[in-house]
Amino acid sequence: MVKAMKSLAELQAIKEKARAGVELRDNSEAGTRVLVGMATCGIAAGARPVLNEFVEEVANRRLKDVMVTQTGCIGICQYEPVVEIVQPGKEKVTYVKMTADKVKRIVNDHLVNGNVVTEYTIGATN
Amino acid sequence: MRELSLNVMDVTQNSISAGAKMIKIIVREDKTADTLSISIEDNGRGMSEEQVRSVTDPFYTTRTTRNVGLGVPLFKMEAEMTGGSFEISSKPGVGTKLTAVFKPSSVDMIPLGDINGTILLLVTCNTDIDFQYTRSLKEAEEREFSLNTQELKEILGDEVALNSPDVVIWIKEFLEENTRELINQ
Repeated sequence: MVKAMKSLAELQAIKEKARAGVELRDNSEAGTRVLVGMATCGIAAGARPVLNEFVEEVANRRLKDVMVTQTGCIGICQYEPVVEIVQPGKEKVTYVKMTADKVKRIVNDHLVNGNVVTEYTIGATN
Repeated sequence: MRELSLNVMDVTQNSISAGAKMIKIIVREDKTADTLSISIEDNGRGMSEEQVRSVTDPFYTTRTTRNVGLGVPLFKMEAEMTGGSFEISSKPGVGTKLTAVFKPSSVDMIPLGDINGTILLLVTCNTDIDFQYTRSLKEAEEREFSLNTQELKEILGDEVALNSPDVVIWIKEFLEENTRELINQ
């Protein structure tokens, strides 16, 4: 617990930094949503490392208008882990049989540069 | 499941679906008694006595996409396979608590796995819910550490969310550091 106190002070510093206006969250409402299926089927198929990788990659790249969140079972358990990317004004993209390795490319190509990684989408597996 | 931490992720989804505002997750390892106990307690809407009885039945579920629910039955089976035990209690309007006790020396023991990954996701993907995570280890004496999101929110105030990049990285490192210290001491 002694160590925890020291670390909590770092949290205070994060807040000060945000208060200084360096990191204001303004357009978090309007941005991209990354939905990872985390029902029993998704988790058993390996969804957690995928979700962890999205959360960390988005944090490391400081992508502020991207919200990574979990969703339930959407009924295509044979394709799990499934990730849906929803962006305003665009058609929803469904990535299937996801792995943590695929996440880096999707964050780079799709979230940062706006190019869907077609070969990982549900259409490509048929 | 390949890791018990995945069961924790899975079973905690039930607490979230039940509208819980506070979820306590406690992982207690007792080397002297050869037990690992995992409890999940929430203040969600709770269940009736009949629901509690049927929740360990794989053919009971509240989901609508299909009619089997494997989360709780799987967790229970994994605990009992090691010679451990499983308990669940609930009160409508108050909440639900479940505890699974494992015997780590059993050949059928499933490793705890990346529990920090589970906690990080639960916290950062459900910022409107408060989590209290405690992990303890008992050898000669018992040591523990906790992460309490209410405490973090008090420091961060309204301006900085728990899922903002710097905070996500801080939580990840906090969990890793404290776990390392607990295990290696």
